[in-house]
Amino acid sequence: MFSRNTARAGAAMLAGAALTLLSVPAHAKDVVKIAFIAPLTGGVSNMGLGGRNSADLAVRLRNEDPKSKYTYQLVTQDDECKPNVGVQVATKVAADRSIVAGVTHYCSAVAMATTTVYNRFGMPAIVWGAVLPDVTYANNFKEVHRVNGTMINQNEVAAKFMTGLGYKKWAIIHDTTDYGKGHNKYFSDFLVKNGGTILGTFGVTADQQDFTTELTKIRELKPDVIYFGGLTPLGVRIRTQMEKLGIKAQLQGTSGIKSDAYITGAGKELAEGSLSFIEGAPWEKLPGGLFFTGKYNQQRYSEPAEAYGPFAFAAANLIMDAVEKVGPDRKKVLDVLNKTKDADTIIGKVTFDDHRQNIVPLISKYVVEDGAWVLWEDSSYGKGKRKLAGL
Amino acid sequence: MSEIGQYIFNGLMLGMIYAMVAVGFTLFFGVLDVIKFSHGDMLMVGAFAGLAASMGLTAAGLDAPWAQLLCVVLFAVGLTGLLGAGIARFLILPLHKAPPLNTLLATLMLGTVIREAVRLFYPDGSNPKPFPALLPTASVDLGGFALRVDNLMLLVAGLLAIGSVHFLITRTKLGMAIRAVAQDGETARLMGINFEAVVLLTFALGSGLAALAGIMNGLYYNEVNFSIGLLLGVIGFAAAILGGLGNLYGAILGGFLFASLQVLGSALLPALIPDVPSAYKDVFAFAAVIIFMAWKPTGLIAEKSSERV
Repeated sequence: MFSRNTARAGAAMLAGAALTLLSVPAHAKDVVKIAFIAPLTGGVSNMGLGGRNSADLAVRLRNEDPKSKYTYQLVTQDDECKPNVGVQVATKVAADRSIVAGVTHYCSAVAMATTTVYNRFGMPAIVWGAVLPDVTYANNFKEVHRVNGTMINQNEVAAKFMTGLGYKKWAIIHDTTDYGKGHNKYFSDFLVKNGGTILGTFGVTADQQDFTTELTKIRELKPDVIYFGGLTPLGVRIRTQMEKLGIKAQLQGTSGIKSDAYITGAGKELAEGSLSFIEGAPWEKLPGGLFFTGKYNQQRYSEPAEAYGPFAFAAANLIMDAVEKVGPDRKKVLDVLNKTKDADTIIGKVTFDDHRQNIVPLISKYVVEDGAWVLWEDSSYGKGKRKLAGL
Repeated sequence: MSEIGQYIFNGLMLGMIYAMVAVGFTLFFGVLDVIKFSHGDMLMVGAFAGLAASMGLTAAGLDAPWAQLLCVVLFAVGLTGLLGAGIARFLILPLHKAPPLNTLLATLMLGTVIREAVRLFYPDGSNPKPFPALLPTASVDLGGFALRVDNLMLLVAGLLAIGSVHFLITRTKLGMAIRAVAQDGETARLMGINFEAVVLLTFALGSGLAALAGIMNGLYYNEVNFSIGLLLGVIGFAAAILGGLGNLYGAILGGFLFASLQVLGSALLPALIPDVPSAYKDVFAFAAVIIFMAWKPTGLIAEKSSERV
């Protein structure tokens, strides 16, 4: 009996060992954690969720790749587009040493508030959506990188383009966060340089419902264009209330309203002709862009990627590329990221300048046509078949 | 001149919506001495219920605006009224004997639950939604100021709604029962009034009124989003306090007063002090409410407390 038992036990042990050996290739990869932080609840959560899905897609694709040395895991946090919450979750993530780096923030005010956190904890972070120049340029924190462009380039192109079309008089509405104020400042500067006139500037709160007073005044001023520096929810309200008050001016937005939610919110008819400007090449046209949209649709995420999804995808990939090269060590990853030059991504070549800001040479202009954002050059407006308001 | 007309009209419209929310606060405080902080979110639920009904009807092929409007209002008011009665039955009545702070906190949290539930479970709920324009969009030109027919109708509808609530409270048997419960629940019970039924009906009434305000808000702006209830709730509450909590006329007066403060703030502040943008209108309006409360702590129309002890 004894010997039979021993034999059984031995066999079991052998089998167990064999199983362990067999499973070695699948489990040998160390798990590397990457953080993703964005507004996942609240008014701009469509952007945050699109970014999260895109970063998640990058991680999934990398994990499917047999050549990758590690298994990656995305740790997501919600900053609610509020600086205080952002600092809290950023600290939580940065204090967790098992997290190598982060793809961080859509809202400029939050990205601005958290830079010191990443600096203090030495965690590399790549901003994927915030456009306030100060995020990279106000300080010189080695930890903070940014793949998307800033609002400086965006507004420079916007001012030149709009005056070039023949518009003369503007009224400006902006939200009173750092983001909206920044847009107002840069656009006003470039507009005056290009010969445009500003009839009035209106600061509004970021969650305002009623714009009747502001728009009534604007109606009296009779501008050709209403420039709006802010995000989608306000953009929708301003567009619908313009209609209610019978204002026929052209609405010119920023990258903040380039989302599908703007069109569904304002409705196809009202959104028609709205303009928006965004940094980067039109990724729909890049070979990488097609690859991205194809893979994105395969995963059947319940939210669209929105305008900045590809940037989040590219940021996650830059981090994973660095980890593949030097292993999951914050310092080493930081060194690699700092030196990024001509890296191939789906948003084009990424090169960080001395403030770790990606040099994005191109700004794309978009106009709403038949319920979709269409690249200006491809649109009936750009081809002269349709006309913007007041032209 | 046309500017002033536009400001006044907008102030009236805002005031009507605030008054309808404030009346709810005042009704609830009247019957149960509770402050139901989720009341603003009931307005949002009403607006979304109306939106869902309208989309369902359009999908079913019923496009006639009037029929659709009627169904939208009935569905939204019915659903929100039921929800309001349910909240009273399962959350507020059980907490009736607990300290009032508990009810306040519980409903505050309930508001967040409702808000987030709509955001998460309504398809694509975190984005602003277009609200269908179900009213005629013609406008009458009055010397540069375009008076829109739909806005005028909304204003009249609001007046009718508040008028009928007033009629119900002061002239009907049910109203008498509500007033009796408000004065003294125990005695009302002894007189054979079904206390619980009256409370549930009052909550259904207040919530239905909020739903109507939500639909009016949607028709006025042609846009709804899940977070409209938060600020409207606070404003409605402030308006009810401003007028004197527990008094129907006070709530209506408070609603219009708050709206005029807001419009005044947004129109005058930038004109008087160039560096202050109209974004400060809420700061101005709420600061005025604080000062007012210090001056008249019981509100414009003080509740006759002797009536209710």
